[in-house]
Amino acid sequence: MLSARLSDRRGALELDVELAALEGATTVLVGESGAGKTSILRALAGLDRPASGRITVDGADWLDTGRSVSLPPWRREVGYVPQDYALFPHLTVQENVAFGLQTLRLPAAERRARVQDALATAGITGLEHRMPRQLSGGQQQRVALARALAPAPRLLLLDEPLAALDLQTRRLVRTELRELLGRLPCITIYVTHSPVEALVFGDQIVVLEQGRISQAGPREELLRYPRSPFVAELMGTNLFIGRRAAAGDAPGSRVRTAEGDVAVSVYPAQGDVFLTVSPREITLFRERPAGSAQNVFAGPIVELVPEPPAGERVRVVLGTRPMLVAEVTREAVTALRLREGAEVFAAFKATGVTLYS
Amino acid sequence: MDSSPDRCPSPRPDRTALGGTLVRLGVAVAAALLLLLLGLPLAALVLRVPAEALWSRLGQPLVLEALRLSLATSAASTAAVVALGLPTAYLLATRGFPGKRIVLVLIDLPLVLPPTVAGVALLAAFGRAGLAGGVLHAFGVSLPFTTLGVVVAQTFVAVPFFVGAARTGLAEVDRRYVDMAATLGSPPGRTFLRVMLPLAFPALLSGAVMSWARALGEFGATITFAGNLPGVTQTMPLAVYLALQSDLDAAVALSVLLLAVSLVVLLVLRSGSAGPAGARARALRPAE
Amino acid sequence: MAAQVALAAPVVPAWPARTLTVFAAASLTDAFTELGRRLERRAPGVSVRFNFAGSQQLVAQLEQGAAADVLASADQQWMRTAADRGLVAGGAVIFARNRLVVIVPTSNPGRISRLEDLARPGLKLVLAGAAVPAGRFSREVLGRLGAAPGFPPDFAGRVLANLASEEENVRAVVAKVQLGEADAGMVYRSDVTPPVAARMRVLEIPGERNVLAEYPIAVLRDAADTAGARAFVSLVLSPEGQQVLEQHGFLAGPVPVAAPR
Repeated sequence: MLSARLSDRRGALELDVELAALEGATTVLVGESGAGKTSILRALAGLDRPASGRITVDGADWLDTGRSVSLPPWRREVGYVPQDYALFPHLTVQENVAFGLQTLRLPAAERRARVQDALATAGITGLEHRMPRQLSGGQQQRVALARALAPAPRLLLLDEPLAALDLQTRRLVRTELRELLGRLPCITIYVTHSPVEALVFGDQIVVLEQGRISQAGPREELLRYPRSPFVAELMGTNLFIGRRAAAGDAPGSRVRTAEGDVAVSVYPAQGDVFLTVSPREITLFRERPAGSAQNVFAGPIVELVPEPPAGERVRVVLGTRPMLVAEVTREAVTALRLREGAEVFAAFKATGVTLYS
Repeated sequence: MDSSPDRCPSPRPDRTALGGTLVRLGVAVAAALLLLLLGLPLAALVLRVPAEALWSRLGQPLVLEALRLSLATSAASTAAVVALGLPTAYLLATRGFPGKRIVLVLIDLPLVLPPTVAGVALLAAFGRAGLAGGVLHAFGVSLPFTTLGVVVAQTFVAVPFFVGAARTGLAEVDRRYVDMAATLGSPPGRTFLRVMLPLAFPALLSGAVMSWARALGEFGATITFAGNLPGVTQTMPLAVYLALQSDLDAAVALSVLLLAVSLVVLLVLRSGSAGPAGARARALRPAE
Repeated sequence: MAAQVALAAPVVPAWPARTLTVFAAASLTDAFTELGRRLERRAPGVSVRFNFAGSQQLVAQLEQGAAADVLASADQQWMRTAADRGLVAGGAVIFARNRLVVIVPTSNPGRISRLEDLARPGLKLVLAGAAVPAGRFSREVLGRLGAAPGFPPDFAGRVLANLASEEENVRAVVAKVQLGEADAGMVYRSDVTPPVAARMRVLEIPGERNVLAEYPIAVLRDAADTAGARAFVSLVLSPEGQQVLEQHGFLAGPVPVAAPR
């Protein structure tokens, strides 16, 4: 198990995070570029030393600035797969993968066997004597993975592994990689800026926003109960943050948010509350709908995004206050003559609101 | 066909073509002049000596001594330059430290120092009456008038050629590979040998060759610091210079001999960079 | 090699500005520089330019086409070579003579007090190269000393075994001994100038074993300024010139130097 607390300042970014990860599971670190994801990876790998922090892996302290403990990278059992793979250009695939084994003092036969195992795990065999420049992007990625896995690291760090691949390859690799990572016994940290990848790979998702962790937890939790607009946007759902409108109100009362009151169907507790509305709960109208139990927001359509694979469902991004995302059928789009710039009304029932604090 | 004057005039083909041709011509002429400047003296030298004369000269003990001495001392000084220069270049390429700029200037100094001045400086430092003369004497080491002194003089003037190329070559090795090797369990020493050296090899080889060439041709510092004695300190350049004063034909023959030896060594080293190590090194270029 | 040379007093008519180039043996550096200055004072507009080097090197340069007006070499052999190669106009005249001495640094690291000590193994001796007149004379002197009583017959061989370096002109020998790098060297007496004498000790060589170096001077055939060349030669041969040479440690030339008029 990994437990890390890091605090650092790099240029304009102030990093202050605390995270934990378990072996056998993949923890995804998701956030925009510049949020600090790579800084965290480099600190975990030992390539950079944060101003203050503590990193403990399986009970061993890799870093403890308080006690001036700082293991250099070559003494940490870590495997690192960077975004551009960094395969040694002057070595063959075989030599690349064997590189991490050479300091382990293994008999040659065992070394060869482990190289073969790692290559098989990564799903490429038969390319042992090729040079990196002779490989495709996808092949290079697998070799980089095999190389990181061969020394059986305790901590595996993957920095945007799919970012350098073209769209086609990315989809193919995604499934395979997910399956592979699922079988690994080590602690895997997977860094990405893509919400889709976060959802696909993350047993646990950690959302990083400007050097700080907005929310961390299992996939379901973030999907259902986002706690920041960024997380909500990442998960593709709608979030309101507000306070109970008035004390002592009966169920069916309203929650006051910055953009207006929202009618809810449960009795809100005191203090700050989070409200989510799934995009599917939102109905679009061309005219203001009637009905008092409805929440209605008006605004122009900003974007229409057909959902893969076939565009049966369409996500509609609305320039309402707050910005809302609705999901409708293709037929509805045609029927309502929805197009960008059109003024619509978005409505959802009080019962469609999930409330939590 | 409308020929209104408002239309853009068609490009003037003769102007642009002439511009391009002139430039190409200029480039060709410059290159030809350069090759002429280098090639004509060398060709004239070779043509001046009848082949039999060259062969008979080869047998002369004085010539053999000078040749042997030149090859031995230049090899020794190149080895010294690499042995001392590689760690220095590594330090300069990977670390910053206070006074680094001064160190860089110091290493480049022999490049701008006239060789004879270098010789005088070496005497002032390592001569019998020099600054470090006493220390050397205590260890039983004497440099002026010795073959070791020749090696020291050659090393002094050849250092900047190697260290400059090595420093650049090592600095250009992508930091990513060094980081990657570290995460794969390789301590810095091993990373240097297995990653930095192979990737910087072409630059290192080139620097070593230049260093050797400079050592082979060294004259001013040698004659001032080490002196001139056949078999001990009289290298080929010294032999040629002295022969020039009494026997022009001998001087020419010696010059051609030195030229031939240099050519052979250069070819061997260049083809070394065409061998497997060099092919790997060259293959790295397009990938990066 | 006597020849008819005008011995008139060096009264030099004014010439338009020109440069006179004199090639002279290294040992003549100080004396000729002084004489050049005197000529310049007498003939404003004339500047004298010197090339001091080993005589063998001067002749080699002239052969390669170097332009000069006057040649003064440290021995007759090289002047003869120059004449054989058609470089000299007319004949050459001996204008000075010189003898060799042995010099050791003041600190005397070799602990040399007598000429015999030169044969002691382990010393560092510096001589001019065999092609340089001073070098040739040095070896001749060593041979003569070997034949002298009190010296072992293989004296020359033993001394030459101590040879550490062969310099290409005699002044370089002076430099090496002055720097303290060599234990001893053999140079002309004229090379022991006052500043040099302060830093070294001189061992005299007995007259009968010493060589008498004879310095010839000649106008060159391809001289650009024959009149100027002759004026310089006249100055050198004049009583004034001879006096300057003597002041610098040379012995006067055998040519009778009668007062003009």
